[in-house]
Amino acid sequence: MSINLKGKSIISLNDMKKEELLYLMDISKKIKEGKYSNFLEGKIVASLFFEPSTRTRLSFQSAIKYGGGKSIGFATSKSSSTEKGESLADTVKTVNGYCDAIVMRHRIEGAARRASDVSTVPVVNAGDGSNQHPTQTFLDLFTIIEKKGSLNNNVVGLMGDLKYSRTIHSLLIALSHFDVKLVFISPEALKIPSRYLEYLKSKDIDYEIYNDFKDCGKSLDILYCTRIQRERFYDPMEYESVAGSYVIDKEGLEYLNKETYIMHPLPRVDEISVEVDDDPRAIYFEQAHNGVPVRQALLGLLTGTIK
Amino acid sequence: MAKNNSERPYKVFKIEKGTVIDHIPAPKGLLVLEILGKENDGIVSIGLNFDSNKVGKKDLIKFENKIIDKEETDKIALVAPEATINIIENGEVTEKRSIDVPQRIHGFLKCMNPNCIVNVENLESKFKVIDENPVKLRCDYCERVWEVKYDMIEKNRKSEI
Repeated sequence: MSINLKGKSIISLNDMKKEELLYLMDISKKIKEGKYSNFLEGKIVASLFFEPSTRTRLSFQSAIKYGGGKSIGFATSKSSSTEKGESLADTVKTVNGYCDAIVMRHRIEGAARRASDVSTVPVVNAGDGSNQHPTQTFLDLFTIIEKKGSLNNNVVGLMGDLKYSRTIHSLLIALSHFDVKLVFISPEALKIPSRYLEYLKSKDIDYEIYNDFKDCGKSLDILYCTRIQRERFYDPMEYESVAGSYVIDKEGLEYLNKETYIMHPLPRVDEISVEVDDDPRAIYFEQAHNGVPVRQALLGLLTGTIK
Repeated sequence: MAKNNSERPYKVFKIEKGTVIDHIPAPKGLLVLEILGKENDGIVSIGLNFDSNKVGKKDLIKFENKIIDKEETDKIALVAPEATINIIENGEVTEKRSIDVPQRIHGFLKCMNPNCIVNVENLESKFKVIDENPVKLRCDYCERVWEVKYDMIEKNRKSEI
């Protein structure tokens, strides 16, 4: 099967085929190894961040610059015509004449899909409200492959806010293309929604559910943590009583396997103690850095400068 | 003591020409009526909560003179795929219409997510049918999944009244 992502918009994991994911991973690896340079030369990427972001925006900027391209755009909606009441479609129909690709973050869900409806250049969704954030998932997959050699034959623990985290939901959909076992670890109030469990059953993916990572940590190849937000709990007492079970500190490390890698989409607050950072299993900063080659690969493929 | 429902004869106005929508699982009869609209060149009769071997409790609607079209059949399929549709001419059933759940829905229903771009910018909604029993729709934009409910019918939305 030949894979051609040129001109395609990347809006949701639901649109991505397994082969496309693997191809993107392969190109990302080659970029990280330095096999492509200046492939974005002469290309302009518009970065439309209607909502603030640190990692995603800066790593896209970095990806564009390492690739030899140029970027235009804004970092908050305050500096765009949206403030004057312009519709999203009008903004996109204007900007697409200034660039070769658009990277967009918006607090409204479906904004990126709407942009791709009207855009003449590829649109990359860099987060639309609580819906999708596909490039985060790409760098997560890339990091797992880098550490484990493959996406297959892994037991992946997903911990924290499994109910609301878009990162978790997208990663789950992507991993369901592969031979993995998923282990869900969360308090009752933030457990994985049943529609995802039904989806996994339909894909024949094994899963287990726990309340505490200490009960399953030794079986994990990857432990992917997310933040538990206090405001998700109706009763603050309940938050206090459960939050401690989802903090990884030096003592918590004892409950993990010697090769259980700890991942996190960042920003972390207190769910992973700073003392864990020096442990070789803590790979969340490496994970964040992988955003650059993965986003380079994506932009190269979408603009057709990498085939 | 009241008679058992199944022994009680029921009369719903007999029609010479029109459409009978039967076996609508209760209480979805009013929802089906809302979807199709009450405007009609003839009597519209509705019966609620009959006993049914097929669906437990059922509702039934008869439209005198109105032969429903494919688009209307598709709309019924979204909320009551179990329903049966009979077309009546000269007092006889001339067609038993099969109900197929459509794969895509454009317009007609609104996404219920207030933070969806469709609602924020007043766009035409688009849904993909991802499950048929019960029917579940995924919004093309915000990707939320919905079962069809009363509030989703476009004309009921306050902003449109």
